[in-house]
Amino acid sequence: MSDTHAQTVSYVRQTMLAPQEPPRNQTGAVKWVHENLFSGWLNTGLTVISLLVIFWLLSGISPWLLNSVWRAGSLSECRAILDGTSGACFAVIVDRWHQLLFGFYPPELYWRPVLALVLLFVALAPVLFTAIPRKMLAFSALYPFIGYHLIWGGSIWFPITVLLGFGVGAVAYLLVKKINNLAAIFAAILAPVLWWLFVAGPLESSLHSIMPLGLDFVRSDRIGGFLISMIVGVSAISLSLPLGILLALGRQSDMVFIKTVCVVFIEFIRGVPLITLLLFASLLLNFFLPPGTSFDLILRVIIMLTFFASAYMAEVIRGGLAALPKGQYEAADALGLDYWKAQRLIIMPQALKISIPGIVNTFIGMFKDTTLLVFIAILEPLALANAIRADTNWNGIYWELFIFIGALFFIFCFGMSRYSMYLERKLKTDHR
Amino acid sequence: MTEPVIELPVDRKIDTSHMKVTDEVAIQITGMNKWYGTFHVLRDVNMTVNRGERIVICGPSGSGKSTLIRCINRLEEHQAGQIIVDGTELTSDLKNIDKVRSEVGMVFQHFNLFPHLSILENCTLAPIWVRKIPKREAEETAMHFLEKVKIPEQAHKFPGQLSGGQQQRVAIARSLCMRPRIMLFDEPTSALDPEMIKEVLDTMISLAEEGMTMLCVTHEMGFAQAVANRVIFMDQGQIVEQNEPRAFFNNPQSERTKLFLSQILGH
Ligand SMILES: Nc1ncnc2c1ncn2[C@@H]1O[C@H](COP(=O)(O)OP(=O)(O)OP(=O)(O)O)[C@@H](O)[C@H]1O
Ligand SMILES: [Mg+2]
Repeated sequence: MSDTHAQTVSYVRQTMLAPQEPPRNQTGAVKWVHENLFSGWLNTGLTVISLLVIFWLLSGISPWLLNSVWRAGSLSECRAILDGTSGACFAVIVDRWHQLLFGFYPPELYWRPVLALVLLFVALAPVLFTAIPRKMLAFSALYPFIGYHLIWGGSIWFPITVLLGFGVGAVAYLLVKKINNLAAIFAAILAPVLWWLFVAGPLESSLHSIMPLGLDFVRSDRIGGFLISMIVGVSAISLSLPLGILLALGRQSDMVFIKTVCVVFIEFIRGVPLITLLLFASLLLNFFLPPGTSFDLILRVIIMLTFFASAYMAEVIRGGLAALPKGQYEAADALGLDYWKAQRLIIMPQALKISIPGIVNTFIGMFKDTTLLVFIAILEPLALANAIRADTNWNGIYWELFIFIGALFFIFCFGMSRYSMYLERKLKTDHR
Repeated sequence: MTEPVIELPVDRKIDTSHMKVTDEVAIQITGMNKWYGTFHVLRDVNMTVNRGERIVICGPSGSGKSTLIRCINRLEEHQAGQIIVDGTELTSDLKNIDKVRSEVGMVFQHFNLFPHLSILENCTLAPIWVRKIPKREAEETAMHFLEKVKIPEQAHKFPGQLSGGQQQRVAIARSLCMRPRIMLFDEPTSALDPEMIKEVLDTMISLAEEGMTMLCVTHEMGFAQAVANRVIFMDQGQIVEQNEPRAFFNNPQSERTKLFLSQILGH
């Protein structure tokens, strides 16, 4: 038994130590590089290989990018300027950017879609950022009508009479609610439909004859380019989230009929390729509609894309719902919250939060899927790229157009991805 | 037979002056049966709880204690018999269910706080949305009860930032904010460390001292000894024995009760 190591003598510190700088190789860039790039021979090897690959890629692409031509009237002119060297011909973008962005929208009216885009961001702000005053949400609710009117134009009374339909629904709901709750819901659906079918049209034309206000009408087939991607993408995104939530709830419902309808819908839509649905929208739907009804192709496409995205959305949200512990439902029940209040206040905020990555994934996927519209003769950007190539001046140009279109999509998709990460960080209250 | 030694869970003297059992019936259960599929969980349960009673329910795992108290606010549905809470019979009528639920508070083993809401919001949510109380008033009530459970300073934190004992006290405060007339507890301390068990029991005892009608599923026999006026022992979905605590612990009648008590009290 040895007790030489035991602390037998009592000890009191006389002088306190001042804090010192950590050793040089423990902080800052040196430490970071050491830990993250050269922490072992395997990592060092991977780092070197990655650097070589990056160098190889850059050295291949950068001369082509740097040696680019921005001013030329045709591809042959570009080639003449390049004189045999390799280089990009971005002159095509300078020449045709307006078509890639707006399709055949009348150039003197470009301010309208641009204003619609600016207002879109204004309308989105209060939805995306809670710091913006809640009153701004009223503008967000009105935006679909403003946006429609700016892009398509026509009589101002059209969006207004449509909007009034919602007011009619609200009034009907409040009036019938005094009698019966369920009847009030039916009234709230029936009244606007009747209004739109029978009242809105005559009212619009008589108001228009009294006071002809409005913007020049632009036909749907003139709208194209990135504008159409935005119209279709934004509409389908904002409609598919609520529809997806309802489908997810329906699928969980105890009511057999509702559940069956939701399951069949989701499984059907998920089981069919999007392009089939789009062809159906463009070709077949007209056979099923009563003769004489002209149902705008863009509207049909928005509906199909919404259905498509909402089926995926429903499954993503169902995953979020399944991740919630049963105790949350029980606590909500025990406090006396009814089904809708429990869903709105307790269940959905948590389920949606869990599902944010999946939801945004679906959004991004769908936004990019709008390029499939090229197959049904809608002038989305890829269709216009083909059209530009059909021009003898630009026959044979590919990369420059695709890079431009790719960059446009990338900006918006990357923005969505960043926003979702911001939102996840902001909503992180579980402190696990 | 030696009397088992049961320690009081708190260091203070318990004030029994407001613990009064009245003649008014708060909960009446008659001939109640429940099945899970073919499994008969609750068998012919008969029970009357008067206003002001503090009842402790104990029994081995799987004996149906949770199921019984969850039937009282219809978190579980019974298939036969009658449950009347505060004069309202529990049937499939949603109005009755909502009425009973807003009068009956419940505290769970795993707290079940809403993790996306702050402590204060947890406490004001139901008063605002169910009772339609103005936000400011609801917040005042919430602060009042958070003070009562001794954690007003945590009001603006989130549940995930609190210890288990604190979370359970918030859960109690959240129920109290609805001003319930009856409180149900389902093993409120069995997910907690000993130190935290004490603070939660302390809160429950002060609730009992104010005359709250309470039904507690718990194995904290000290608590039962201190505040319960009746202990119910369940086994295999049936009420096997019930008595006032002293007699229950010192002189159990049935063999099952004796076995259970010897295990739980360590004799
Ligand atoms: N949802 C369910 N479906 C089927 N059986 C269930 C369900 N919930 C509980 N049971 C069964 O019913 C019986 C009673 O369960 P209960 O939770 O009421 O017991 P308990 O007395 O609370 O037990 P513990 O002390 O473990 O909490 C158990 O045998 C359990 O397996
Ligand atoms: Mg239990």
